[in-house]
Amino acid sequence: MKRILYWLAATTTVGASLVWAFAGGNLGWTKTSDVIKQLDPVTGIEGITYHQAFHPGVDFLGAALVLAAILAAIGFILPRKSSKKEQ
Amino acid sequence: MKTNITLNSLLLLLCLPAANLKASPETFDFKDPKGVNNAVFQLDAPLESVNGSANGISGTVNFDPANPSATTGVIDVAAESLTVQNPLQKEHLHGPNWLDVAKYPDIRFQAQSFVNVKTDGNITTALVTGAFSLHGVTQTISAPLTLTYLPGRLGDRVPGMHGDLLVIRSQFVLKRGDFNIQKGNYEDKVSDDIHLTLAIAGAAAKP
Repeated sequence: MKRILYWLAATTTVGASLVWAFAGGNLGWTKTSDVIKQLDPVTGIEGITYHQAFHPGVDFLGAALVLAAILAAIGFILPRKSSKKEQ
Repeated sequence: MKTNITLNSLLLLLCLPAANLKASPETFDFKDPKGVNNAVFQLDAPLESVNGSANGISGTVNFDPANPSATTGVIDVAAESLTVQNPLQKEHLHGPNWLDVAKYPDIRFQAQSFVNVKTDGNITTALVTGAFSLHGVTQTISAPLTLTYLPGRLGDRVPGMHGDLLVIRSQFVLKRGDFNIQKGNYEDKVSDDIHLTLAIAGAAAKP
């Protein structure tokens, strides 16, 4: 059981870091939309529309790292005896 | 001689309505069918920056190209249309602790006077003073304004329609504290200064 929790913690850390990095490494808050600007040729106004998109931010990374730390902590405080029984 | 006077009077009578029509202000509707009209807001605090826009714009402006200083009108922004890219930030922005859009659904500016009016061709610049209502508080503010009158251009924008366009642009700064929006709180994360940029087009349709 201890080993499973450690593996889960490690997978969460690596997985979330990779998702965050490959999604652009956004150092701000998570964004769930993209801003699309389009110029109206008659008025010269730049229209703004939003399109759904997921850009994980530092809050996403932070939440994943906290979850990983909790999993690792539970694994650490679990008695060795119970993990032997499971095996 | 008598016939000439009668003829002249008749011509004058015929010309008067046309002259009045030309001098009368046009009413421009700012509910944009293309959804391009927008107001951008930026709050730059030391720890955080909040940027977003609103497109729920409506209202009417009476504009006379021959007398721009007599411009009157009201512009409304639906508070619920204020959008930021972070969903939690948007939820907070609309929530009861900040804009409380359920209780105060409209942001309104009512123009009261125009000063420093300068016209160059189709472009008029002025300093407008009016009543700005936000979060249930109304304050008198002044803002620089650029009005671009585009006669006969409505058809270029909305095919099949005839009429004129009026583009209004303005940039000004409000203080959220003046409108009782968390006055004096969280200023390290949410700036007191709200930088607003308005770019809107209104249409005056003609038959």
